[in-house]
Amino acid sequence: MMSIGRTTPRIISAGLALGLGLLSGTPGALAGDPVTPFTIVDGYTVPDSLTETPGDPERGRKWVINRKLGNCLSCHEMPIPEEQFHGQTGPALYGVADVYDEGELRLRLVDPKALNPYSMMPSFHKVDGLHRVLSGFEGKPILSAQQVEDVIAYLMTLRDTSKRR
Amino acid sequence: MTTKALARGALGLLAAGAVLTAGAAIGSDDGTRIHWGPYKVGDKRSGYTYAGAQTRAMQDDDFQNPAFLWLERGADIWETAAGEAGKACADCHGEAEEALAGVATRYPIHDEARGKLMNIEQRINWCREEQMGAAPFKWESEDLLGITAFVKNQSKGMPVAVSIDGPARPFWEQGKAFYEQRRGQLDMACTHCHVDHAGTMIRAETLSQGQVNGFPTYRLKWQTLGSLHRRFRGCNKNIRAEPYAYGSDEYVNLELYTTWRSNGLPIETPSVRK
Ligand code: HEC
Ligand code: HEC
Repeated sequence: MMSIGRTTPRIISAGLALGLGLLSGTPGALAGDPVTPFTIVDGYTVPDSLTETPGDPERGRKWVINRKLGNCLSCHEMPIPEEQFHGQTGPALYGVADVYDEGELRLRLVDPKALNPYSMMPSFHKVDGLHRVLSGFEGKPILSAQQVEDVIAYLMTLRDTSKRR
Repeated sequence: MTTKALARGALGLLAAGAVLTAGAAIGSDDGTRIHWGPYKVGDKRSGYTYAGAQTRAMQDDDFQNPAFLWLERGADIWETAAGEAGKACADCHGEAEEALAGVATRYPIHDEARGKLMNIEQRINWCREEQMGAAPFKWESEDLLGITAFVKNQSKGMPVAVSIDGPARPFWEQGKAFYEQRRGQLDMACTHCHVDHAGTMIRAETLSQGQVNGFPTYRLKWQTLGSLHRRFRGCNKNIRAEPYAYGSDEYVNLELYTTWRSNGLPIETPSVRK
């Protein structure tokens, strides 16, 4: 059953996805589909934004902290001094925008297993091929398309490896 | 102290089945500057070695370890007649120290009659239903946790030595497949946390190897004793995966696999964890 996203951004993004789908003739993006299809180019990047609305770095910073959304801090250190206990199972993300561009970051968010099939990192915008998803979460990606773009916009601000902010 | 002397000390402790004591002394090879005694066997490290000093101290001191309340309850159950047969565990088995020494090191076992595995909780309830004519204890009830902890505690200090040969083998294989299969919305397998990333911080928690030699465990977060299957359910739900039922075949097979991973580590029941 389709559930309407709890947040307004998700509803808007689904609507946009439909609009885009009709305009460009891309299949898949049905009305209210919680996942926006994306295309991996040359195996290392997803150059096209998932939404028309550009990502908002301020909101992205909230999503990476939020334990129910990105919860990126559980595995990555980031320049977010007000939060205690940054995880270390993944690499620290200081200066990550000096290393990757938007498209490369987008692939790492939507489907990191496309790069490393053994990765522990969740695919944040993917619902296919999952096993025994907890009831209530079936068919829903961890982050909406707009939230993914917000997180990318935030990551693009991480240009300094000195851990200052 | 030489490594050899340390190893001998640890072995002696195990051979005697003696009560484990805090192994905190100086000198080790894992960067912690702590000698873990029997809690570290080769590359295998009990969750004890990832726990904070306060948590370890709580486990080590019988008077501070909150789980000892459950052990007392278990000791009472051992002595108390129940069911239509009017018998207590002790009536069939005698002194717990003698009858139960080493038993927990071998479970889960393959039960031929049922054609599948049987863990300690299921053995206890088999005794109640088949031998005593009593109702089985419910999972996570104080009674089942108490008697399970009591039974396992009689093997404290003895190395886990579960068998995966013969008829147990296919069940071990299913448990292994479970352990390695990605699941849930976060799409992770047990291996991602407890093999690939053991020793690293996930937010405020240090990932351990997920060894099972201390269960049932008193978890500070739970504020109570809990079974291994409760831990399985918790780890499944944390990655937004649908858990299985307590005592389900899937979890008992997973219990055999995880217990086999713990082979060689001493039984620690009742452990204390964060
Ligand atoms: C459960 C652990 C986990 C979570 C949660 C997680 N990651 Fe990761 N991440 C990893 C690991 C492990 C790697 C290393 C590469 C790999 O194994 O895929 C990684 C790699 C990355 C990289 C590439 C870094 C580099 O230096 O190559 C980026 C960027 C990244 N993660 C961003 C994020 C963001 C943003 C979030 C939250 C929306 C997030 N991660 C959530 C575990 C995680
Ligand atoms: C997202 C990471 C993650 C995954 C995946 C995961 N666990 Fe855990 N597990 C933890 C954390 C965190 C703890 C508490 C700290 C510790 O002991 O590692 C824990 C603890 C445990 C413990 C208790 C160890 C002790 O000493 O008391 C066991 C047993 C365990 N996990 C088994 C499993 C099994 C089996 C699976 C797969 C079904 C699994 N875990 C999947 C994170 C995870």
